[in-house]
Amino acid sequence: MHKGTNGYRHAPGRSVYPAKYSAAALFRHGLAGEPWPAAWQSQPMKDSYDVVIVGGGVHGLAAAYYLATNHGITDVAVLDKGYIGSGGSGRNTAILRSNYLTPEGVRFYDRSVKLYQRLATDLDYNVMFSQRGHMTLAHSDASLRTMRWRAEVNKVEGVNSEVIGPAEIKRLAPFLDVSPAARYPILGALWHPPGGIIRHDAVVWGYARGAAARGVHIHQNTEVTGIEVTGGRVRGVRTSNGDIATPVVLNATAGWATLISDMAGVSMPVMTSPLQAAVTEPVKPFLSTVIVSGTLHVYISQTDRGELVFGASVDPFTSYSMRGSLEFIEGLAGHVLELMPALTKVRLLRQWAGLCDMTPDFSPIMGKTPVDGFFVDVGWGTYGFKAGPVSGEAMAQCIASGATPEIIAAFGLERFGEGALVGEKGAAAVGH
Amino acid sequence: MILLPCAWCGPRDASEFAHVGEVSSRPDPGEVTPAQWRGYLYLRANPCGWTTETWYHRMGCRRFITVERHTGTNEIRAVRAAPMTPQAPGVPAPMTSHPAVSQGAPPARPSEAPAREAR
Repeated sequence: MHKGTNGYRHAPGRSVYPAKYSAAALFRHGLAGEPWPAAWQSQPMKDSYDVVIVGGGVHGLAAAYYLATNHGITDVAVLDKGYIGSGGSGRNTAILRSNYLTPEGVRFYDRSVKLYQRLATDLDYNVMFSQRGHMTLAHSDASLRTMRWRAEVNKVEGVNSEVIGPAEIKRLAPFLDVSPAARYPILGALWHPPGGIIRHDAVVWGYARGAAARGVHIHQNTEVTGIEVTGGRVRGVRTSNGDIATPVVLNATAGWATLISDMAGVSMPVMTSPLQAAVTEPVKPFLSTVIVSGTLHVYISQTDRGELVFGASVDPFTSYSMRGSLEFIEGLAGHVLELMPALTKVRLLRQWAGLCDMTPDFSPIMGKTPVDGFFVDVGWGTYGFKAGPVSGEAMAQCIASGATPEIIAAFGLERFGEGALVGEKGAAAVGH
Repeated sequence: MILLPCAWCGPRDASEFAHVGEVSSRPDPGEVTPAQWRGYLYLRANPCGWTTETWYHRMGCRRFITVERHTGTNEIRAVRAAPMTPQAPGVPAPMTSHPAVSQGAPPARPSEAPAREAR
């Protein structure tokens, strides 16, 4: 019997999925011309569930999936006010890495990368994870020093990271301008081979398919309008499609985290800011790594289709508006050309924005809250997508056992009252 | 793009300003408990709707303004000179209900202003 990394045991000769995706199935469907069955089915909403998860993104769906697979809790509803993956999970730049600064952060994100490595097998869904390497550029002695620090912390935690010089950078990414005459000369880089990119929609859909096949109900276009709390305990949620009685609510709503937590009466140290990204027309493959520059506020990767995906830092003010701005495009284009002058003729296809729930220490807020039965998995700022699997796994364990798992012990809401912050700004602020 | 009508300089692009953050009242450091102080430091209302906040015109007059902005649409409803700053001609008086005024707190120093500069 094969055991997946997530603890789920694949029963031999029997698939719980509606249709097993395989080369043979592809061949059969191709020959017969028969349509594929839906990847997952919606179910009518019930009056009560054991667990209600607010937010149908990668975090919420992963938590539902691991509740069902690792803990046998299948009476779970996932609610989303739009469609699944319509928030941050479908708006990020799909970069995965684990080269953080604090030992807690490195351990946590390393577990996530390891889960991502096996995710396609575990979910029977092609998530197109490409571990092409992740390079964070240093333009000053100060950032080079931070990178050496990060590399040493990473090595101690068993994560592959090293500081490399301009010659090696030029070999890995020939289009980068590494000349000393550049406005922001490249002095070195933190090279992180396990980092890479993934198809974020596939991750969301894979988890939805896996969860729905095990009995989890996914309700789209269902907005939560209130949370019933009496005697310090969660009793249920009110939604735009009716009320649900439940003893457990998980807030996994990223940018809207404050609004949902306010319904349960839990104050949040969160400020919501938009983060903008853009994508170019497809060009031939020329960039085989992920390039990040914290100084220039930009990260660049090339998708399998050939498009260049650019991301930036959050807009410098709080807002729930997801409209793009001209100054973002101007700044981004200038910074990209600073790094790769050869891209002057490449045209942008589109730009978009997603909401980031920024915390004061650039680390998430996970686990229990003062309200019994109200759990949070928020504060994911600009780094939430890469943590989807490990967050889902840890939150499922937290909900099932009632105890905070060791791997997220440092990320509790109570740290803000105690002053025990987990400072990740040095590694999380821009680089993704 | 947001056009912020600075109380002294007129309408200017928001990129000239630093967003200081929500207007909140600072508790007396001599009397609060550590938990209350950390609540003041970290907890934010962060509403999706109208909010009163301070902006600093760092690339212009280098003065502070108090702005009522809708965080869902970025619409600006009212702009006033921030409390305890000199008055420009024809500008409405500072909001007397401002918590910093009613408690007699010292004016915000420019060095505190760009604290929320997001990177």
